[in-house]
Amino acid sequence: MEYKGWDEFEIGAMLRSFDGAIDDIAGTAQADRKYSENNSYKASVADWRVLKPVFNKDYCIDCQFCWIFCPDVSIIARDKKMIGIDMDHCKGCGICVEVCPTNPKSLLMFLDHADSEAELAAWPEKDEEE
Amino acid sequence: MSEIKKIKNLKDFSTSADRFEGANVLCPGCAHSIIVREILNATNDDLVLSASTGCLEVCTAVYPYTSWDASWIHIGFENCSTSIAGAESMYNALKTKGRLKQPDRNPKFIAFGGDGASYDIGLQWISGCMERNHNMMYVVLDNEVYANTGGQRSSSTPLGGSNTTTPAGTISYGEKQNKKDLMGIMAAHNIPYAAQVSPNKWKDLVKKVQKGFATEGAVFINAVSACTTEWKFEPKDTMLLSDLSTDSLVFPLYEVIDGRELNITYRPKNVVPVEEYLAAQGRFKHLFRDEYKHLIKEWQTRVDENWDYLNRREAARV
Repeated sequence: MEYKGWDEFEIGAMLRSFDGAIDDIAGTAQADRKYSENNSYKASVADWRVLKPVFNKDYCIDCQFCWIFCPDVSIIARDKKMIGIDMDHCKGCGICVEVCPTNPKSLLMFLDHADSEAELAAWPEKDEEE
Repeated sequence: MSEIKKIKNLKDFSTSADRFEGANVLCPGCAHSIIVREILNATNDDLVLSASTGCLEVCTAVYPYTSWDASWIHIGFENCSTSIAGAESMYNALKTKGRLKQPDRNPKFIAFGGDGASYDIGLQWISGCMERNHNMMYVVLDNEVYANTGGQRSSSTPLGGSNTTTPAGTISYGEKQNKKDLMGIMAAHNIPYAAQVSPNKWKDLVKKVQKGFATEGAVFINAVSACTTEWKFEPKDTMLLSDLSTDSLVFPLYEVIDGRELNITYRPKNVVPVEEYLAAQGRFKHLFRDEYKHLIKEWQTRVDENWDYLNRREAARV
């Protein structure tokens, strides 16, 4: 992306979030929006991560606790279902794992370079509480 | 548009399309964005937003990126409240003159300020907006410290907290003053609605924010925002800390209507001792040394007294 010089901004140092007009933002899913180059949706903070969350669909009950408490808008929910994690925007804080209520948890943290498939195959069993 | 969005449960809520974007540069585990998301998702109406200088502002508007999918303005440290009040006044003027292209869209005007911008620097500006009763909502993201500039104490910093300008050591136990009661100050403006919220009680938060949107006039919201960097806890524990702050009654959830009618909206089933809340944070680590242990008792007394006061006000309806 080309950076603007100090005298090249729109008055008010304005940045536009979308290319062209958008009428109903609140009714348009993120995947369907026309983001401009200046929207941070187009950026990535994936290199911040030390640990990454891995999502195991088998145990998920779609409670959406992870969606509401994710600070980085990285839990993708569609039609009341949790369908995955947006790895471009996840910073690996681990809140989603902490708030996950299932047993075993349907989200767990692993090192960022770990192989997700292998971790899913070796998912922990149900933890019997005393 | 302009009718209240129906949110029965979290599954309903999760169908909202976020208007706050990821890849902002807030710390991992920051509660600011959780609060902002919950507030913005509480309505489907258009938004006009502003933010004071602070973590939220510097982290969501790093050139060349913006993380906001709505009109958003930043001017100075102190004046997010007046900039949004100005926008609201202009909107009303244009509406009266019939110069709006879509006059029935009914946008919501929200200002976000940190505790530094609200408790200290912008207090006079907010006071003016509340007094003039603009149709706007002012939200404080209260992390009890100037987190953006490196952890200086603000007048929201509670007793005994160790910060870079009030460090704890052999001579001092850290912050000497207790937290300013901003809710009390704002409620004393007799504004239509003031409420204290916490992101872990999302339903309570959404309910209060929607009540605020439905209110004609100035609305003040104080939200506790656990700060992983300055409160010194693991990023994954943000929600745990929010739970502790509400359940230990350090941050009671209540609302004040017209500056008179006080309602407590959340009464924890099991009240947690304040000691647990303090023990979970690195900034209060020194309070557990023998010479400073009396402060924990003082904390508990103050929290109990405050809770007692709120209960008496709720009962008396004054």
